Amino acid sequence: MRTSSLLVYLIALPLFSSALLLLLGRIADKWGHILATLITASTFVIGVYEFMKMHSQPSGSRAVTQKLFDWISVGTLKVDAALLLDQLSICFVLLITGVGTLIHIYSIAYMSHDKDRRRFFAFLNLFIAAMLLLVLGDSYLNLYVGWEGVGLASYLLIGFWNHNPTYAVASKKAFVANRVGDLGLSLAIMICFAQFGTVSFAGVKAGAHGASSAALAGIGAMLLLAACGKSAQFPLQSWLGDAMAGPTPVSALIHAATMVTAGVYLISRSNFIFDASSTARLLVVIVGAITLLFGAIIGTAKDDIKKALAASTMSQIGYMILATGLGPVGYAFAILHLLTHGFFKAGMFLGAGSVMHGMDDEVNMRKYGGLAKLMPITAVTFGLGYLAILGVPPFAGFYSKDKIIETAFNAGGIKGILLGGAALLGAAITAFYMTRLMVMTFIGAKRWKAGSHPHESPLLMTLPMILLAVGSVASGFLLSYGSALVHWLQPVVNSQSMEEGKPLMPALTVSLLALGVVVLGAFFAITKYRSVSDLAPEDVSIFTKAARKDLYQDLLNDKVFVEPGTLLTAGLVKTDDRVIDGFVRFVGNFLAATSDVLRKVQNGFVRSYALLMLAGLVITVIAVWVIGA
Amino acid sequence: MNILSFVTLFPLLGVVALAFMPKTNTHQIKIVALGISIITMLLSFVMALKYKSPASGFAYVTSHPWVSSFHINYALGIDGLALVLILLTTVLVPIVVLGGWNESEGGRWSVKTFYMLILVLETFMIGVFAATDVFLFYVIFEAMLVPVYFLIGGFGTGERAAAALKFLLYSLFGGLLMLAAVIGIYIISAEQAIGSFDVTALSHLTIDHATQNWLFLGFFIAFAIKAPLWPFHTWLPGAAKAATPGTSILLLGVLDKVGTYGMIRFCLTLFPDATKTFAPYIIVLSVISVIYGAFLAIGQKNLNSLIAFTSISHFGFITLGIFAYTSQGLTGATFYMVNHGFSTAALFLVGGWMISRRKSAAIEDFGGLQRITPVMAWLFFVSGLSALALPGLSSFVCEFLVLLGTFTRYPVAAIIGTLGIVLAALYILILVQRTLHGPLKSGNESMTDLNLREKIAIAPVIAALVILGFYPKPALHVINPSTTSVMAQMNVTDPHVLAGK
Repeated sequence: MRTSSLLVYLIALPLFSSALLLLLGRIADKWGHILATLITASTFVIGVYEFMKMHSQPSGSRAVTQKLFDWISVGTLKVDAALLLDQLSICFVLLITGVGTLIHIYSIAYMSHDKDRRRFFAFLNLFIAAMLLLVLGDSYLNLYVGWEGVGLASYLLIGFWNHNPTYAVASKKAFVANRVGDLGLSLAIMICFAQFGTVSFAGVKAGAHGASSAALAGIGAMLLLAACGKSAQFPLQSWLGDAMAGPTPVSALIHAATMVTAGVYLISRSNFIFDASSTARLLVVIVGAITLLFGAIIGTAKDDIKKALAASTMSQIGYMILATGLGPVGYAFAILHLLTHGFFKAGMFLGAGSVMHGMDDEVNMRKYGGLAKLMPITAVTFGLGYLAILGVPPFAGFYSKDKIIETAFNAGGIKGILLGGAALLGAAITAFYMTRLMVMTFIGAKRWKAGSHPHESPLLMTLPMILLAVGSVASGFLLSYGSALVHWLQPVVNSQSMEEGKPLMPALTVSLLALGVVVLGAFFAITKYRSVSDLAPEDVSIFTKAARKDLYQDLLNDKVFVEPGTLLTAGLVKTDDRVIDGFVRFVGNFLAATSDVLRKVQNGFVRSYALLMLAGLVITVIAVWVIGA
Repeated sequence: MNILSFVTLFPLLGVVALAFMPKTNTHQIKIVALGISIITMLLSFVMALKYKSPASGFAYVTSHPWVSSFHINYALGIDGLALVLILLTTVLVPIVVLGGWNESEGGRWSVKTFYMLILVLETFMIGVFAATDVFLFYVIFEAMLVPVYFLIGGFGTGERAAAALKFLLYSLFGGLLMLAAVIGIYIISAEQAIGSFDVTALSHLTIDHATQNWLFLGFFIAFAIKAPLWPFHTWLPGAAKAATPGTSILLLGVLDKVGTYGMIRFCLTLFPDATKTFAPYIIVLSVISVIYGAFLAIGQKNLNSLIAFTSISHFGFITLGIFAYTSQGLTGATFYMVNHGFSTAALFLVGGWMISRRKSAAIEDFGGLQRITPVMAWLFFVSGLSALALPGLSSFVCEFLVLLGTFTRYPVAAIIGTLGIVLAALYILILVQRTLHGPLKSGNESMTDLNLREKIAIAPVIAALVILGFYPKPALHVINPSTTSVMAQMNVTDPHVLAGK
């Protein structure tokens, strides 16, 4: 395999710059954001360069590696610190560094009034480094370092304003939910080692055929658990809404475009496990289908623009996860949707940030209305993202989401109808909640708070939005022209190997159906939200109430884990003192009571015990000596 | 005198020097103590650089007859296991002296006494890992209690006398059992016409299984108390609460490791059959320790006892790795001992600075420190990340090795143990949130950030955690041969790869 000595810089540069900004402290306040942005841009340049080089190679020999050093070597476990850049990881590298650079630029303006802007950029660079390590590691253990690294960066950025206790709690919740996922990744790695004696992707891939179906299902299920934590999938999704406590550029980069899609990467990367285990694939599609509906339903009831978008992210990643469970071609469509989503969702989040910027950080859409005239660039770029997520042709989402719906229908039998139906229903609800969001924000009557002076954002903010909007328009067409991405990923995920079964219905029918339900959903939202109250109505249906409460997942977690856990902790603290230590004290007292001599000796003076003991020891040693001599 | 003996005895030179200094000259006393401990550290570095893993047995071997009729020798020698623990000791002592510059003042006795105790303790700590004579090991094992007892009882806070006494009685009880076992094994060696306390010679004895079980228990219980393993742990939180931060660092960071060190050095190699018999039970106790310690840590209201309970959880991981007796488990456990030493040192150092500034150890008295003392807050956070074994820090490498090594032999135990990583996130992040985040709590307004001395004291610890996290090779390179030799003495191999190649 070819090697490249450049790969390490993708990680080392942002890591170094992050450390520098943190260690230099206030000295770097003036230029920290510039350095961080330039560093991220330089990683994008390296990414593009590597892509060009890769593209010029024949499809079978495009992957490049770089071995850095022996990391852990114990017994038969040998893990190198080594990087692997192949057709799959380059997609992520370009997305992370490209969108990352745009969001760095945007943040220069967005965070300009924050006294801790340098620290913010240090964390962003830390995130870039960790995320690149996640997608470039050549073994599960290397990936794990990046995996927890992005979790740390996410924790730091969600809690960036952690002097607010709610935000501090939100960051902790995100980390803990992610750790539950990490538990899955840890166990998957352990099973891999016990089964195959290695934890490298290549090694596990080579051994996967010889493993028992139980082991493969176990690895698959644990990897899925990991994906659920990181990608906010059911039942570990509840942290994502709260994570909107972080500054909006963070929501765009980490909690929409890149980090939350790491679960999709993990499953696609582990295609050799999922291809070999139908049980694991079944679990994957169930999680994906539930989450895509779950997120969409929650999205219909949120008045907080960021939380509505977060619910949407959860739902869209549900589509991607669903796709990864649909067999080899599904991976390619999942990555396709991941890339188009990266453009349109990041764009919309930046748009939301732009709206907040102009509205004194107001996030309640009921206090918006009629902003299109005052914020034309924001409205247009957001609108293009909107058309993309709805899947209106020829915008990006049309190419990626329709393919997933189509593939779901073609999964065969009742499973195909259920999955396809769920995906189609999700598309309708998506159209509903996104139209609701558009209408409430940009159209209709002004419902602003007194003293609001909405205005368009500066160029540093609108430029990234415009570029992402271009992606929302064109990326779907470009990536699927001549099945470009499917061919590109073939050597990694074997995406063309799928037998063409008899499709349930022609592709055109699926597209027309999808377009039909989207129009319906959008129409329904327009009629319902053309005029809205600036206060959320209380007399709403039980469904709306449930959706506002995130379908009670938090309540469930509280009742099942938090409350019993708290009780258990309190109980154990008491037990430790009364039962275990109580027993020790009892024995001590018993011994003391049985001996008057001992009681006299226990006179409470600190010194006497130790002196007594020292004396005893000395006597023993001398005795042994004397007897011995 | 060979270099190992020299390193071991060098701190006593400091004790002699201090003895001749006037009590009142506290500043000079501190400088001398710091100087002696730094030179000891440098000497141990020289020893480490020249160290080559011996093909079998120990390096830097030295032996002088002590009580010849019982074949008791002053015998020292080290392998990788002992070397890394000695380095941990010699690195931590100067850090303790520098970091706790003022904690010797205001005690029951003079500053001079404090540092004499610390330096005596250092010699004992190095000696206990270097001893290759079981009797010598036993003597130091017991003798170590004395300086610690005085350090807690004389310089601690709160219920220091009671805590010190509890520590002493617990340890004495364990020591008594060990003494019986030490005598027992000598008698067996005499019966087999070897008559020796030499650990290598003893490992060649043929001991029947039932006798092994008894002797094993004698050693094991003493070590389990020292480590401490659930349910022998109740002395630790009280001791950590009462002791000065420096004493806590030496107690939890080094002294407790004598327990887990002893398990490998004596239990596994001298009584392999008994080890195999008892391992499943000890694995259960270890898993309980991991989970129980974590839950108790979550429930603590006092900063020091919280750190103590996190240690109980971490010691559970160490014994888990030891009694899984796989390459990854044993090497992971040994490396864990070192990393836990650094990790706990960092927590107690920063925690101690927070407590001395706030004049309270109650967690609820802190809040919002990130805004007012950013450097201290950051260092506390990083120490916490090490305790929750974040990848990139050395504690991740060893914790993962332990879990991986356990999984191949005891998958269920490893799965339950892995729950510990979620609980660790909880106890650390709840602590971090309560102390560092949120609005500034009243009573914290006048807190000052770290001074240069404090920054210098903690810098090497953080550096060690980061460097060994990314590049653990130097440590693993020294530990691996010891693991191989332990497994060879036990006559065990790693479980086979299931799916074959």
